[in-house]
Amino acid sequence: MKKISLTKLDEFFAAVAASQNLYLPVDGAKGAEYSLWTEGTVMSKAYNTLRSAKDFFFPQVETLAAFKVNGKNIEVEDVRKETEDFVVFGVRACDAKSFEILDSVYLADPVDSYYASRREHGVIMTLSCKKPTETCFCKAFGIDAANPGGDVSCWMTDSELLLQANTEKGEALLASLSILEEADDNAADSEKEKLQTILDKLPLGNLSTESFGGDKLMALFNSDKWEALSESCLACGTCTFVCPTCQCYDIRDYDTGHGVQRFRCWDSCMYSDFTLCAHGNTRNTQMQRFRQRFMHKLVYYPANNNGVFGCVGCGRCLRSCPISMNIVKVMKALEG
Amino acid sequence: MRSETLIPKIGVVTDIRVDTPDVKTFRVVGLDGKKVFEHIPGQCAMLSVPGVGEGMFSITSSPTNEAFMEFSIKKCGCLTSWLHMMDVGQQITIRGPYGNGFPVESALKGKDLLFIAGGIGLAPLRSVINYVRDKKENYGSVHIIYGSRSADDLVDYQEILNEWQTDENVKVDLTIDRPQEGWDGHVGFIPSFVEELKPDLSRTVLICGPPIMIKFTLDGLKKMGFQESQVYTTMELRMKCAIGKCGRCNIGNKYVCKDGPVFRFDELSTLPNEY
Repeated sequence: MKKISLTKLDEFFAAVAASQNLYLPVDGAKGAEYSLWTEGTVMSKAYNTLRSAKDFFFPQVETLAAFKVNGKNIEVEDVRKETEDFVVFGVRACDAKSFEILDSVYLADPVDSYYASRREHGVIMTLSCKKPTETCFCKAFGIDAANPGGDVSCWMTDSELLLQANTEKGEALLASLSILEEADDNAADSEKEKLQTILDKLPLGNLSTESFGGDKLMALFNSDKWEALSESCLACGTCTFVCPTCQCYDIRDYDTGHGVQRFRCWDSCMYSDFTLCAHGNTRNTQMQRFRQRFMHKLVYYPANNNGVFGCVGCGRCLRSCPISMNIVKVMKALEG
Repeated sequence: MRSETLIPKIGVVTDIRVDTPDVKTFRVVGLDGKKVFEHIPGQCAMLSVPGVGEGMFSITSSPTNEAFMEFSIKKCGCLTSWLHMMDVGQQITIRGPYGNGFPVESALKGKDLLFIAGGIGLAPLRSVINYVRDKKENYGSVHIIYGSRSADDLVDYQEILNEWQTDENVKVDLTIDRPQEGWDGHVGFIPSFVEELKPDLSRTVLICGPPIMIKFTLDGLKKMGFQESQVYTTMELRMKCAIGKCGRCNIGNKYVCKDGPVFRFDELSTLPNEY
C-alpha cells in the first residue's frame, strides 16, 4: 500500500495529470460531475457524482464511421482513433462494479473496439465512500463499499490518501508516481471500519435479491404487479441515462452536407420506438417497456451472467425519477 | 487497430428483379465482384444506405450460390423505399453474416422437410430450400406450402414454377387469400390449407410469415400431432447492432440477432411472448 499526505493532494493530482488527462468529481451547480483536473481544481466531497462514470467508456454520443457518397458510389471511412491514456479518480465502489457489467456486454465476442480502446487506455482509481446515503444499496448486490475495485483502490483518512494497486495498469501508475510513500498494508483498516458502521445503518442495506435471478424468468414476467408499478411511468428515460449499467444504444446517420456520419447514442428501452418495427411494435404498452427494464437487470442479465445482477445499487434512479418509481420499489413489490 | 463489425463493407447491386408489386430481389456482390462473405441458410446481413439508415435482412440466396448473394425485400419503410428506388450499379453497405441460421448440417440432416411460408416470409426459407435442393443427398423429400395475398404477391413465382415444381424431390402447394381471375390453384388462408393437406407428421417443419399466420399455423400443426420440437421459425425484430449489444431485439435472456433469428418452438415457449 502507498500513501500521501492530504496536504500534498494537489501535488499528487498534478503528478498524475503530468502524463495523461485526469478526471475527478467536482462540485457544480446541480451536484458533482466528473471534470478534467487542472491546477486549482478542488475535488468534490459529495457521496457520488450525478451522472455515472460510464460516459468515459460509453459516451452519450460517438461517431462509428463516416461515408462519402458520390453518385452511386460510397466510400467508407474508419474514423476510429487510438484513445489517449487517461485516469478517472474518485470512482465509487458501485460505479467500479458497473464497468464489469458493461465489459460483459461490450467485450464479449465480437468485441466493441470503441469501448475496448477506452477501457485499455483508462485507469480507474476508486475512492472508498465517506458518507454513503439513504439511497445507497450496493450491499444488496454484494458490493463492498469499503473495498472498492478498479485498477487502484483509495481510502482517505483524516490526514492521508492511501492507495492500493489491484491490476498491472494500477501498479504501473503507482510505480510512476515518485511522490508516493510506502504505507502499512492495514493502514486503511480503521477507515474501512468507520464506513462499515455507516453501511450497517443504511435503510436499504438489507434489500433482498432472493426473489430474483434467471431461474424465475416466466414467473416474474407474468407477475400481476407490473400494471400498478408502471402506471405512473412517464417514459422519460431518465433512469436509463443516469444508470451506470444501462448500455442499450441506437445507431443513426446524420448527413452533414459534406458526407454522412454514422453515430451511436444512448437509447432507452422505456421509449416506444425502441422496438418499433415495420410490422408493428413488440412492446406496445408502457407496462411492457417498464417491465423490460427491470426484468433485464434482475432476471435476464443474471440468467446469462452466472447470477450477477445488472444493478449496482448506486441509487441514482431513486434520486432522479420524476414520479419516484425505482428498482427498490419494484423489488419490494415483486417479492411480496 | 482491431477489426470492427459495426464498420460495414461496400456492396454493389448488380441486378434488381421485380418480384411482386412491393417486393424486389437485389443481387449484391463486393467491389471485387465476389461474394462479400459466406453464410449459413437463415443468417442475415445488415444493409444500409448511408444517410438513410441500416436494417437487418435475411439472405435469400443459398450459400451454394458461389457468385453472389440475393435479398428479397418488401417495401414498407424509409430504408426499404429507398432500396426500391435504386438502379443497378448502386453501391450500398453490407455487414454480416449475423445470427445462428437453420441447423442444416445437424438437426435437419437426413430429414423430410416441410416448409410453410406466407408472403415475404418465403425470403429466409428460400435460402434453405435451395440449399437442400443442391445437396439433396443429405436430406429427405421436400414439401413446400406457400401462400400470399394474391397470385401477384408470390415472390419469385418463376423459380417456383420452373425449378421447384419440376424437381421430383419437391412437392409444392400454393394458395392465395382470395379468388383471382386466371388462378386455378387453391384459394384460402395458409393455416386451413395446411390442415387440408394433412402433411406427413414425420416431417421437420420450417415456418416463416406474418406473426398471425405463424400463430394459427402452429396451433393447427399441434392439433394434427406435430411436436413443438420439430418446428422451427425465424424471427424479425428491430435491430441496430446485430451482435447482441444494442439491446433492441432482447426477448427474455435471448437476443434474436445472435441467439436467433432461428428458434425451435419448444425453445420459444420458455420465453416471454414479446415477438
